[in-house]
Amino acid sequence: MPKKTMVLILGELVKGNLSNITREMLGGSRELADKANGRLTLLLLGDKLELVAEEAIAYGADDVYLAENPQLGTYQADTYLPIIEKAVKDTEPEILLMGQTSIGRDIAPRLAFRLGTGICMDCVRLDIEPVSNILRMTRPVYGCKALAVMICKMKPQMASIRAGTMKSREPDRSRKGQLHALATDIDMSQIKVKVTAKVEEQMDSVSLEDAKVIVCGGRGMGSSDSFSILEDLARLLGGAVGASRPPCDAGWIPSTRQIGLTGKIVSPNLYIAVAVSGSSQHMAGCAESHTIVAINKDPEANIFAMAHYGVVGDYREILPPFIRHTREILESKGGPRCC
Amino acid sequence: MRIVVCIKLVLDPEMPYSAFKIDADGKRAIPSPGTPPVISPYDENALEAALRIKDAHGATVIAVSLGSRLARPVLNKPLAAGVDELVLIEDPAAIDLDSFASASILAAAISKLGGADLVLTGRQAADWDAGIAGCVIAEELKMPCITVARKVTVRNGMVRAERLQSDGFEVVEALLPCVITVDGDLGELRQVTMHGLNAAKKKPVTSWKLSDLKLESPLQPRCELLELYIPERKRVCEMITDENPEDAAVKLANRLFE
Repeated sequence: MPKKTMVLILGELVKGNLSNITREMLGGSRELADKANGRLTLLLLGDKLELVAEEAIAYGADDVYLAENPQLGTYQADTYLPIIEKAVKDTEPEILLMGQTSIGRDIAPRLAFRLGTGICMDCVRLDIEPVSNILRMTRPVYGCKALAVMICKMKPQMASIRAGTMKSREPDRSRKGQLHALATDIDMSQIKVKVTAKVEEQMDSVSLEDAKVIVCGGRGMGSSDSFSILEDLARLLGGAVGASRPPCDAGWIPSTRQIGLTGKIVSPNLYIAVAVSGSSQHMAGCAESHTIVAINKDPEANIFAMAHYGVVGDYREILPPFIRHTREILESKGGPRCC
Repeated sequence: MRIVVCIKLVLDPEMPYSAFKIDADGKRAIPSPGTPPVISPYDENALEAALRIKDAHGATVIAVSLGSRLARPVLNKPLAAGVDELVLIEDPAAIDLDSFASASILAAAISKLGGADLVLTGRQAADWDAGIAGCVIAEELKMPCITVARKVTVRNGMVRAERLQSDGFEVVEALLPCVITVDGDLGELRQVTMHGLNAAKKKPVTSWKLSDLKLESPLQPRCELLELYIPERKRVCEMITDENPEDAAVKLANRLFE
């Protein structure tokens, strides 16, 4: 008898490739499935998926279910929900995972409702109990001031996973897996929420999610213009510029640059927080960074409790010499380097 | 047109880390003495979305709140800001509900009110940060659902919204009735005026118990909380100090890159 599906992951694509969070979930779930001696299955919806499916096997999937249809090239809850619901009922997984992404937030609660089960959103850690296969799900709550450990009382046990909390494996092209095609009958009259336009607001070449270095500005930056010095520093370090919520609310920088609980959650090698107070909602988005540097006028600012290195002072006086000296060091070493 | 906004009272999310405490059982956060709860910030954004539609087209806006003990003075704010009616579902049994149970109760309350053309709520509550209730209300009421909207407009029985995404936004449209969860990008709830405060005194406030609502099944939680705890913070920040900012900057660069 073939092994049971232990974990089913709802995968996502970015520009035709597996998204980072999908690869991370494959890596993290591989361990869960092995511990429980079950299969790891990925579900993909979209247009032209076969190459991506092979990729998913290299990253750890045993089975890949493919719902291929040009209509599925753009996410719409009303077309995706019935197909996912059916795939879950067919595969009967113990655990159903998806990323805490725009799609995950939109679809996960409704899917849980339709499947008659519960869900823990935005989990940062999953532990499986042997034999019972009960999944203990840890998630930050109260704006990341506390952690809650929860279980789901029904099957499948559902969770959405925060980006950067599971680890992708190195792809192994020799792994073998099975592809399964799913029926994709789409009833256009079921589409109640229609996507009529998509607008990209990317500012610079390095995306925040992929950046190894992030320079983040807070309320204390004071104006839109003041962000240009952060751009200079980010360019020097080959990084990207982000912001806490107040500069986004004030319109100094687009909301797609927001780092925090309800913005982007990042974990670069180096995070330089400039004039950022360090609210729990903001720290939720960057606390996992390898090295955090804080520059702030207020010695009492919460950011200093969270940073590895701190400088108390006005960024206008500190950043220009910091940039100059950093440039000298990097040039003497022959180009930018990650710390 | 009738708009229902679901609002939740939460511990003030702006409170400092040091004031945040959890009870001995590790199940609940304890309010600090003397600090009143607040309306969850994204729910305030949802109220503002409703009031903007009311300004543009005229609408009856009803705010609904659910809890075991509701701080009535805090809930005066929506009425003073322009909401027409307040419905309180206050019941000792409405404690430690999971998002699914809360959503069932809120959906039953909306049905008892005679339904709604538009149901708005925050994208997530500032206590459990789940973002489930709005979506489940939509499922319970069999309405379409738009999540994390930063702009909401209504025209000829259609709602149009901008949904925030990681690399920009998408524009979506749906026929009314519809449920929308609102992001902070939409804008803050307007300031309350003296005139608004006076007008609030004459606005209707209805109180219901759970037994006043037609709830289909007993409220079985779908998830169970095993433990709630405050993670230890062991990080010690190395402060780079110098009287001269320029020298501090050089020291920092050396520390990071040398």
